[in-house]
Amino acid sequence: MKAKSLFIGLGLLAVAAGGVTWTLMDRETGPDIVAARMEPVSYPLPEEAIPAELSDTEAEIVVNNCTACHSLEYITTQPRGMGDKFWNDEVTKMAKVYGAPVEPGDAEAIAKLLAERFG
Amino acid sequence: MSGIDRRLFVAGAGAALIGAVGKAATSGGSTSGTITLPFANGTRPLVSLPGKREMILLTSRPPQLETPFSVFNDGLLTPNDAFFVRYHLSGLPTDIDPRRFRLAIGGHVEKPLQIGLESLRRDFPVSEIVAVNQCSGNSRGFVTPRVAGGQLGNGAMGNARWQGVALKHLLAKAGVRAGAAQVTFNGLDNPPADGIADFVKALDIDHALDGEVMVAFAMNGEELPFLNGYPLRLVVPGFFGTYWVKHLHEINVVDAEFDGYWMKTAYRIPDNDCRCAEPGIKPDKTVPIARFNVRSFLTSHQDGAAIGAGRTTELRGIAFSGGDPVKRVLVSPDNGQNWQEAKLGEYLGRYSFREWKLGMTLAKGRHALRVRAETQGGETQPMEPRWQPSGYMRNVVETINVEAL
Repeated sequence: MKAKSLFIGLGLLAVAAGGVTWTLMDRETGPDIVAARMEPVSYPLPEEAIPAELSDTEAEIVVNNCTACHSLEYITTQPRGMGDKFWNDEVTKMAKVYGAPVEPGDAEAIAKLLAERFG
Repeated sequence: MSGIDRRLFVAGAGAALIGAVGKAATSGGSTSGTITLPFANGTRPLVSLPGKREMILLTSRPPQLETPFSVFNDGLLTPNDAFFVRYHLSGLPTDIDPRRFRLAIGGHVEKPLQIGLESLRRDFPVSEIVAVNQCSGNSRGFVTPRVAGGQLGNGAMGNARWQGVALKHLLAKAGVRAGAAQVTFNGLDNPPADGIADFVKALDIDHALDGEVMVAFAMNGEELPFLNGYPLRLVVPGFFGTYWVKHLHEINVVDAEFDGYWMKTAYRIPDNDCRCAEPGIKPDKTVPIARFNVRSFLTSHQDGAAIGAGRTTELRGIAFSGGDPVKRVLVSPDNGQNWQEAKLGEYLGRYSFREWKLGMTLAKGRHALRVRAETQGGETQPMEPRWQPSGYMRNVVETINVEAL
């Protein structure tokens, strides 16, 4: 405990005051260790919607590109009225930082449409 | 890879199908109404996904769920079926065979290991720890000026009793070699396209060996729910959820600082004492996000609640910190002018929610209640919110407006 405190600086108080935080499970006296169920597990993923704001033909470029990686609530739940730069930055981040497969021309068109619809 | 299993429909009554219908015949969830979180554009569907009760849907793919705040008033431990869900990458491991599942431990070690789920339980000391898991971006929807990211209310947090094996025992069996710097953690979830960085996180070797960091297989006495990381997840007490890697299957000891995207570029915070920046300005120097800052909430009354005037109302709530124990919780009946000390409840360890209670008598009229926690080391919550470009670490003293009638 002493050696540890040297390293954690401010955490010293926490260690001294808080004491040991975990409990070792005793196999003899219990409580029981949670067993592993060994049957295969499948998880059904939820359905996803195209929001009404993006369900027209013009918005296909958004639907086709963005849903390659994620559902569209990622767009519609963002704050509104943030301006062109916000949407430009977001689309740029997806393409350049995350490496999403978006053509440069598409990126510009997507950002423009999102800025028009969601401000 | 993407698009094959995707099931898209147009929101609304028509629900016209466009594109391919997935192989699964049954829906993975049902929708029932909406909830409006108290910030602009805060309306969200309430859904029940398999293994989960009705929760607030942030996104469908990957699935992200927020805990309805009323759950935090039900007890100190957050039920598994109400525990929040956060993913980064949409390539979820939807089929897992526990008989074939192995946790691999390798890298800068003497003897790489492949550990099955039964061996993990049988061959190592099993321990339990009660700890809060909180998303770095919990409460982001309240951040002003607003920032991009998951627009969450206060429900991207939860407290559970985690059961598993301390990482130090696993690393001891593998034999950490001299010169180890960090340990990296990877889960079965994968990027949706080539070129997108896999979600891998790293902890310093001393932290990984501290005896508290755990490879958990159960929470609250049951195996991990699928959406909370079945069959194994990392538990990093006091640290933000980004380190609590789900579906954990690869642990690698490395001899240099890990520079993957999710450490070097994402989840960075300003490198200053206040962990804050001028709104709109990117900080020059950043570090990886780490421990929680101290927070407290009133859970017994919602904003706008009506209470009885001139008689005692029992207020109840929770407080937690990054490991420096909560020393006291103060409640102000008058927007921070005067403060009364609440009574703290059962102590479940320094990483757990701590309950607080206070009887308060308020005169007829409107009152802005404030709740402020303080740790033993003197850390407290700011009266005014601090701001980060990514909307992390919000911990302002909460305000709950009530009307005494």
